[in-house]
Amino acid sequence: MTGVLKHRLFWPSAALIVLLLGNLIFTPHFFSIEIRNGQLYGSLIDILRLSAPLILVALGMTLVIATGGIDLSVGSVMAVAGALACLIVVDNPGLSGVLLACVAAVTLALVLGLWNGFLVSVVGLQPIIATLILMVAGRGLAQLITEGQIITVNSPPYRFIGAGYLLTFPFAVIIAAVVVAFTALLTRRTALGMLVESVGGNPRASRLSGIHSRRLIWGVYAFTGVAAGIAGLMATANVSSADGNAVGSLIELNAILAVVIGGTSLAGGRFSIAGTVIGALLIQALDTTIYTTGVPAQTTQLFKAVVVIVICLIQSPAFRRKVLRTVPA
Amino acid sequence: MTSVLAPRRRAWTIRKYVPILGTLVLLVIMYGIGIVNYEGFYNTQILLNIFIDNSFLLVVAVGMTFVILTGGIDLSVGSVVALTTMVCATLLNDGWPAPAAMIAVLVMGALLGFLMGCVIHFFEIQPFIVTLAGMFLARGLCYVISTSSISIDAPFWKTTAQERIGVGTFTITPSVVIAGLVVVIAAVVLAWTRFGRTVYAIGGNANSAMLMGLGVGRTRIGVYTISGLCSAIGGLLLSFYMSSGDPLHAIGMELDAIAAVVIGGTLLTGGSGYVLGTVLGITVLGLIQTIITFQGNLSSWWTRIFIGGLLFVFVLLQRAVVRRTP
Repeated sequence: MTGVLKHRLFWPSAALIVLLLGNLIFTPHFFSIEIRNGQLYGSLIDILRLSAPLILVALGMTLVIATGGIDLSVGSVMAVAGALACLIVVDNPGLSGVLLACVAAVTLALVLGLWNGFLVSVVGLQPIIATLILMVAGRGLAQLITEGQIITVNSPPYRFIGAGYLLTFPFAVIIAAVVVAFTALLTRRTALGMLVESVGGNPRASRLSGIHSRRLIWGVYAFTGVAAGIAGLMATANVSSADGNAVGSLIELNAILAVVIGGTSLAGGRFSIAGTVIGALLIQALDTTIYTTGVPAQTTQLFKAVVVIVICLIQSPAFRRKVLRTVPA
Repeated sequence: MTSVLAPRRRAWTIRKYVPILGTLVLLVIMYGIGIVNYEGFYNTQILLNIFIDNSFLLVVAVGMTFVILTGGIDLSVGSVVALTTMVCATLLNDGWPAPAAMIAVLVMGALLGFLMGCVIHFFEIQPFIVTLAGMFLARGLCYVISTSSISIDAPFWKTTAQERIGVGTFTITPSVVIAGLVVVIAAVVLAWTRFGRTVYAIGGNANSAMLMGLGVGRTRIGVYTISGLCSAIGGLLLSFYMSSGDPLHAIGMELDAIAAVVIGGTLLTGGSGYVLGTVLGITVLGLIQTIITFQGNLSSWWTRIFIGGLLFVFVLLQRAVVRRTP
């Protein structure tokens, strides 16, 4: 029993389950899932579908935080990628246009990620500052692409990315699941994950022991860029429009929150992909719960603040020593 | 001995001023471009308008300067500004007298900063994440008070908003005077008090500062309290400017404040920088907006791209300066 309690995924999972059960009070049919026209419907499916972009962004953020960095620019990268995709799709609403848009948007996101990685690993800027630059400029860039307008697209194939269903499952969820599985395999079935953790734990020692820290850090930021780009596609496809100001707004904070809830240390050096996914689901479930209970949706920020503080206090060795009087494990 | 040390020290003194001199040169160039290209740009009122339109940002950025000088960061400032406008509007509508409402929000802002400072210091959690929580908390509290804008009808706010103070043939608002006072007090505190020197010492090396017996904890909590207080003052100035409290006020202001501090030559790693630099940084941001307005065919989003570009240049400049110092 204590083994279960001590597992690092126990508390986030328990919180998620309690939150979902709590929904039963307000919505008796909360757990009912039905198949209509070969598509799954239900509140749980909605939570999964809406959390897909956050899961992707948080996934990239997990790796960046594991190296001891942080990426504030993910929201801006989402906006830029979404804006570019919508700009292309507006003129070519067909399947080929959508494919072109996806490739172009993800490539642009990759370039932006490489830029962040370059600033952090080669120039040697603090990650928070390096990505702050793109966070500020990226919003402007997104609005430059959309010329300050909200681009509305009318393209069923594009909408499919965010709101479509494939084999009864929401397509966005499938994309997120594939990316998560791919990342988990790549980091946990090869040495890559351990190398990332080693760079986060002690960059200098890692370099001295022959790890290409610089290349690794660069790659992690590039990956985050790509993940944010795909998330941007989903977010804009879901509403069939690109708003340079609104897409991915505050997602960097939610992503950091998801990562922290999932048990990844902000100091770097260890990460948990499963934890991040649970964290992202928890945040989306919280948003959905607040929404269905009729409390003003924006007050979720209050709950998030409490969650951040509680989790960080529990993670803090100083807090455990001074208040809980336990020796950290 | 002194003859050996003196030239090195002088070199360091000059190098110390490189970022702020860079800002000054940039400012002069931008102002020159404005005067050459746009008719009516030379009017001093244009320059004063920058301060009229950015007085609240200036006060917030001064608080941010203290925090960044210790090597920390405060992401909560924008939300605290918004919360101040909301609480202020609510209190005034409940019939509180203007001075009482103002004191209440100032205490609230300082208290929020104090609490964040305590968590950062006592529980050794990164400032970034604590103030992030503070940002969520303050913004969430805004929405608990009201999800829509609350207008302020108090006569004191009306008169303050419309009041103009003549400077020669030009005019400024009382907000500019208040912002100016905050700048002067901050500069004096940083330059000539024990607290100010400890702020620089912590930014230089917190461990050394502690070993020297300086009040590191006190000072660290102090800078976040100051930042909270400055945010509350900035919120008051914003409520004069907007005549309303709105949960959507000052979204993203923390970025503008950080940008102003960095462009003003304060090192993000802490330990070096001046309040005067922050004033220059605000002026640069204001000049960008003004030039874009004068240009007419450039859209507002270019502001963000320019600010991003400037941030990049100044961060690189800082990097070069820091790397060269022994």
